[in-house]
Amino acid sequence: MTKEERLKKRHRAEKRFRFYGLTSILVALLFVVILVQNIFSKGSSAFKKTVITTEIFFDQELLEIKNGASEEDIMEADFYDLMIENLIKAYPAKDRDEEDELLKLFSGDAEIEIKKAFLKDNNLIGKIITLDLTASDDIDQLHKGNYPRDLPEERRRISDFQLVIYDYFVENKKISKNFNNYFFNNGDSRDPELAGIGGALVGSFYSILICLLLAFPVAVLASIYLEEFAPKNKITDFIEININNLAAVPSIVYGLLALQILLATIQLPRSTPLVAGITLALMTLPRIIIPCRASLKAVPPSIREGALAVGASKFQSVFHHVVPLALPGTLSGTIIGLAQALGETAPLILIGMVAFVVDIPSSPVDPSSSLPVQVYLWSESAERGFVEKTSATIMMLLSFLIVMNFIAVYLRQKFEKRWN
Amino acid sequence: MNIVLIFLITIFSISLFFYGKSKTKTISIKDNIKLNALPKFYGYYLVLWCSIPALVFLLVWSLFEPVIIKSIIIETAANQGATFNDKNEANLIYEKIKAIHLGTYFGDIDSILKESALAYAKFINLFTNSKVVLIFGIIIASVIYSLKKIKNNSKARDDVEVILKGLLFVSSLIAILTTLGIIFSLLFESIKFFSVINVFDYLFGTNWSPQRAFVRDASSITAAEFEELKDAFGFIPLIAGTSFIAFIAMLVAVPIGLFSGIYMAEYASIKVRRISKPIIEILAGIPTVVYGFFAALTVGPFFRQVGENLGLTVSSESALAAGLIMGIMIIPYVSSLSDDVINSVPQSLRDGSYAVGATKSETIKQVVIPAALPGIIGSVLLAVSRAIGETMIVVMAAGLAANLTINPLESTTTITTQIVMILVGDQEFDSPKTQSAFALGLTLFIATLILNYIAQRAVKKYREKYD
Repeated sequence: MTKEERLKKRHRAEKRFRFYGLTSILVALLFVVILVQNIFSKGSSAFKKTVITTEIFFDQELLEIKNGASEEDIMEADFYDLMIENLIKAYPAKDRDEEDELLKLFSGDAEIEIKKAFLKDNNLIGKIITLDLTASDDIDQLHKGNYPRDLPEERRRISDFQLVIYDYFVENKKISKNFNNYFFNNGDSRDPELAGIGGALVGSFYSILICLLLAFPVAVLASIYLEEFAPKNKITDFIEININNLAAVPSIVYGLLALQILLATIQLPRSTPLVAGITLALMTLPRIIIPCRASLKAVPPSIREGALAVGASKFQSVFHHVVPLALPGTLSGTIIGLAQALGETAPLILIGMVAFVVDIPSSPVDPSSSLPVQVYLWSESAERGFVEKTSATIMMLLSFLIVMNFIAVYLRQKFEKRWN
Repeated sequence: MNIVLIFLITIFSISLFFYGKSKTKTISIKDNIKLNALPKFYGYYLVLWCSIPALVFLLVWSLFEPVIIKSIIIETAANQGATFNDKNEANLIYEKIKAIHLGTYFGDIDSILKESALAYAKFINLFTNSKVVLIFGIIIASVIYSLKKIKNNSKARDDVEVILKGLLFVSSLIAILTTLGIIFSLLFESIKFFSVINVFDYLFGTNWSPQRAFVRDASSITAAEFEELKDAFGFIPLIAGTSFIAFIAMLVAVPIGLFSGIYMAEYASIKVRRISKPIIEILAGIPTVVYGFFAALTVGPFFRQVGENLGLTVSSESALAAGLIMGIMIIPYVSSLSDDVINSVPQSLRDGSYAVGATKSETIKQVVIPAALPGIIGSVLLAVSRAIGETMIVVMAAGLAANLTINPLESTTTITTQIVMILVGDQEFDSPKTQSAFALGLTLFIATLILNYIAQRAVKKYREKYD
């Protein structure tokens, strides 16, 4: 091999090496794109729900109440017969079986939806109104195009007759898509068309709030102590090693800790945001202390010395001068820690947040779910409709995380002083 | 009740602040003495003394009150003739009594329950009353003490600072308390577990089937049952599955992470670096449950489809899918750390290499990487510890049955998956099955601790070398 050939070979190796590096970065970026695209394409349809426009005749014979009935009477009244009579008129069915199949196209909440219309206007008896009733999950998925209709009938969840009705609805423009208010307002449900993340949103909010209230003050005070006051001795070293190790302990171990101490020993109520918040606070604490200490350390000693020189005590120099200057870094570290806590799932599963909770929690000691746990729960469900619900929940979760991270970056860039 | 008490303590503290401030001011004016601190510090001093002892007492009381009441009530119920065989039945009776007291119980109420509910009401009343009395006693005592100190024209600022410094110290101790809590809670159940199952049977057994120990009380175990339990808790398949998935993850994460780290540190322009580094770090910020969903619903079925087309049988919960996605999640841990490590290799080493005619890639391969090796190994070890502690991806995408296999297309299980599977839903206390989850947790805790320790030592040693 001549000198020139060898040089060429070396330069080719150089190019190859550089190519590998670039490819790896691109692979990683590509994956971010694939993941986000996949979730969005599956989830965006969940923000709309399919409704069937139906005429409802409030027949006095089918109702026990009269015009102008009080709210309590309406709540107690039975609208079931009225619902059945009206819904089977949506399409001319021949016999009972066909009527049943027709009724299955509507959601399980059709009766409540009719009742709500009557609650809004209690003079409807004897009148006909048109209502947008939520369609069942199968029709919903079919209408959104998530469900193949060219399979043989026995492999479909929708019968041939139901397809005929569906086509009739489409032809007569009786079927349309509305904003899915159920997805945001409802708690969990076994029926995908009624299931919502309302309960999980509130549960997550309470958990993160408790986590913030517990972790932030303790983390700030602890980092002030370690950075400004702690003497260099074995106890301080031990605390520091402890904090670094805690930050790397797998999150599921915190779940075991909560199970044993908070639930079994102290006997706090299971499945509640209170326990979740305390668990997440213990987990987030070391992860907040580390950036807090870094931002305290970044304040130059001249600031402290200046304060001390004009007669401030050590405490005054720290709390009046160092802490305010370190605050942007401290806050952004806290927000990033909270963002991690918001997405944490494993410890919450262990403290029983996987329980099936329909009601939206009204306080931190009510059983509840949380956003990531809801993702886990729904992803285990077999129904087709839960796939889009899960993806949409992930979209909500990711948008919260993005917003939190943006706030953190903004705080740091806008308010943090650079010392050179 | 507690909220009312906290509110009262707050109101009381705030009014004491203004009282202390104005009182010292008037004293100094009236008696014409020079105060040893600004008046507001006397106020702060009173506030701290008024609130801290009372709040600490309230916290401790609230933590222990339910436990104590429960044991008293169960005892009184037993004295009245209620029978229960184990802890679970006792708990059930206690819950019933509580429900009767709150008026939310709709079952049959016999005389024992009725009497106990009355006793419960009595004790709740007693405890609440004594709590209120004690708290006010504490507040009055501490306020009298602190007022006395103020009267002597003490150095209030120094006193306040001493108390606050104590508070700071206590906050930093919470980290130690957490560690102690983890160790205590894991050891407590693990010791119970290992009193039934031999440690060596656990560590070297090759069969993991904890469902055999379902609904069984550890204290009353027969010899035949014991034989059966003996080889139900073998750790080998779990550690094999965990290492296997972590290995697949590292096969993905180490090359991609390392090459991106090298590219960003050595080749990329500042602009490229500023954009690509945060985007790659997004991968670490995505919640793991999202990866789990993606692995279980998209990647798993995709691999099975591909396998079918190639004539292979691929489990839809294959180790490959879980490992691959986990590897992608870990990329930023490897890339960011190795980027930092490579950046801190002194420029003089590179310049020396260029001076003797080496190309950039030769310099990286033969000078920079060997110099940065301890740090890179440290970052890889940190990533490994992240991989074996990762839960959601494997719970959702890897299998549940413990197979001892090295075929990446089959399903296998991990330590974390088993912990979740055992503890999700209803658990029986004192069953070896429940306790085994804590033994697994202890094993996981020790394993990650060792890995982290070595990794941190490696990175620290390396940093010291070039500082």
